[in-house]
Amino acid sequence: MITAAAHERETYLNASYGIKSWLLTKDHKRIALLYLFTITLFFFIGGAFATLIRIELLTPQGGLVSSETYNKLFTMHGVTMIFFFLIPSIPATLGNFFLPMMIGARDLAFPRINLLSWYLLVIGGLFALFAMLAGGVDTGWTFYTPYSTTYSNTWVIATAIGIFVAGFSSILTGLNFVVTVHRMRAPGMTWFRMPLFVWSNYATALIQILGTPVLAVTILLVFCERVFHIGIFDPALGGDPVLFQHLFWFYSHPAVYIMVLPGMGVISEVISVYSRKPVFGYSFVAFSSVAIAVLGFLVWGHHLFVSTQSVYAGMVFSFLSYFVAIPSAIKVFNWTATLYKGSISFATPMLYAFGFIGLFTIGGLTGLFVASLGIDVHVTDTYFVIAHFHYIMVGGTIMAYLAGLHYWWPKITGRMYPELWARLSALVIFLGFNLTFFPQFILGYLGMPRRYHTYPDEFQVLHVLSTAGASVLAVGYLMPMVYFIWSLRYGQMAGANPWGATGLEWQTASPPPVHNFDEMPVVTHEAYDYTTVLGEVEVG
Amino acid sequence: MANHAEAQAETLALREQFDTAEQQKDASTLGMWVFLITEIMFFGGLFLAYTVYRDIYFPVFALASSSLNAVIGAVNTAVLLCSSFTMVLAVRASQVGQRNALIIFLILTLILGVAFLGVKAYEWNEKFQEHHVPGPTFHLEGTGQQGEAQLFFSLYFAMTGLHALHMVIGCGILTWLLIQSWKGKFTPEYMTPVDIAGLYWHFVDIIWIFLFPLLYLIDRHLGK
Repeated sequence: MITAAAHERETYLNASYGIKSWLLTKDHKRIALLYLFTITLFFFIGGAFATLIRIELLTPQGGLVSSETYNKLFTMHGVTMIFFFLIPSIPATLGNFFLPMMIGARDLAFPRINLLSWYLLVIGGLFALFAMLAGGVDTGWTFYTPYSTTYSNTWVIATAIGIFVAGFSSILTGLNFVVTVHRMRAPGMTWFRMPLFVWSNYATALIQILGTPVLAVTILLVFCERVFHIGIFDPALGGDPVLFQHLFWFYSHPAVYIMVLPGMGVISEVISVYSRKPVFGYSFVAFSSVAIAVLGFLVWGHHLFVSTQSVYAGMVFSFLSYFVAIPSAIKVFNWTATLYKGSISFATPMLYAFGFIGLFTIGGLTGLFVASLGIDVHVTDTYFVIAHFHYIMVGGTIMAYLAGLHYWWPKITGRMYPELWARLSALVIFLGFNLTFFPQFILGYLGMPRRYHTYPDEFQVLHVLSTAGASVLAVGYLMPMVYFIWSLRYGQMAGANPWGATGLEWQTASPPPVHNFDEMPVVTHEAYDYTTVLGEVEVG
Repeated sequence: MANHAEAQAETLALREQFDTAEQQKDASTLGMWVFLITEIMFFGGLFLAYTVYRDIYFPVFALASSSLNAVIGAVNTAVLLCSSFTMVLAVRASQVGQRNALIIFLILTLILGVAFLGVKAYEWNEKFQEHHVPGPTFHLEGTGQQGEAQLFFSLYFAMTGLHALHMVIGCGILTWLLIQSWKGKFTPEYMTPVDIAGLYWHFVDIIWIFLFPLLYLIDRHLGK
């Protein structure tokens, strides 16, 4: 398909053929595509669970599934989406493909470890899938003890093993990125000439390295507790279930930044290219990524405001949580300042980026609501929290992921996607998303608790709106799936640099050759210096 | 002999993603350091749990700790420290290209590592006989707080068990290094695997240096 169009030129796609050449590849670009395929599968599995949840919530009585089944549905939706889609999403696909190219490297520092990390994700995913097919798991994605260790009769261990193994995939990806950024930059590619996408993936990698091992050991303890009853989280033996929450959120709050930081990197690239201006305050945007990574480790206690944490700890964690808003706001303001007097084109990736900025801002500001002690006591464990983190993860991360996928699609495949359909998909997703999740803010504020499958009649209108929005959203997500596949055969051929972008990845052919560059690049200018690519714009 | 030279050329050859041998070595070393950071965080969760429970249940933890055999623990600490010393000598031997010395020091390190694991197995076995293994038959003399005493031994087994697992992996790596050095794969220009395996071995050693006083010596200090 793609290869026929690339004529005789050798690319990473036609350099070798056959299933073995893919499953044993050490090429970061092919591994990125393996990841893309895998996480897309998990996205649709997680989406199927979400669909069932939303259909169930159409009626107050909850006639579709039993409450036990409902508990399994929201658990498996969360587990699939977080551990097998969002965490690997941007770093393992777009990061894997473009981080080496953007710093002018032939590959990541450890290609075999890179392949290993894909296999670990697949093995972890198989464990989780097995648990789902064997009967599911009902603890919620947070696995709070002592329910997960003592009382739940579902497939906790298989799911935990799946997450444990997938965690090592994430750790190894982070390790690879850190070493690559430190040791593999092309001549002239100084730290402050690196594209911001590289900076944000670097900051993400730091979190993956420092946070994920703590999750691993926590899961190990849950495993030991459930199998051997060692008592570490069991109050009957003097153990403390809240210790689990501390350990779990020490990883899982920073994990939110594993999910959203790479997306912020994509937005920096996209905003700059389609307004044809260097990113305003480059070094502030770069450092804000690192600041988010660091501060992200100091706020986990805001998940324990109602879990017998001391008032003083609560106040400190509340204050520190407000603090994270500063680097996040720096990014949003600097993106906006980049747009100012820019030569803006409303290409698809830019539309997704606008969607990201708006939705991330709403998600971030409502984050301040739940970071404040008083309001949090009112809205904790309600749909307000659900809406808040879906604005960050779905409205933020998935919008950015789609922005990046469209932006780099010509480079990955050598083909353009159909612009009109793509713009339509951005619009449909934006509208569908807001219709799905905005009513949930109101629901939560009115007192609808999360994880309930029945509710009082007065909440039905808002739930019906939300379900209607979810079906629009589903159509929106299927559209790129269809036209991306369509474009592999019928899309217009893309040149090396269809957007007139400045990154090194655009200085080589589309799709790139096996070792990325025919001639090793030497970097002589800052990132986003559009004077170097004048007149190269082909589309847009 | 021809085979030998060929093998050497093969290992000396740069992997295709690197420009220079130095870059390759730097990347591998940094990779190991980053990996060790993840290991610190991995053990860190257990150290946190230990700190919390030792703080809350200090008297029981002190009592449980004194039931461990500190002499055996100290001997094992010495064994492990010696193994780190022989590991350093192995790295040194590979740096100066002394193949025979490298092999001897790797063997010594391996023997000391296995000795450590043997002593550990003996200690664990003792715990089984003394009913100090968490579970339905658990019993520690001299305290009414059996649950809390069990917590100490849960942490003891989790921490020393995880440490022992790292030792087993370390012994596996040493065996692999031994085979490679036997084949003459390491030269002063290419000894990165020995170097980074050494880093790993020292790290596992250091973990034990923390575990020993924290688990064995809670209630034993001078003047008591």
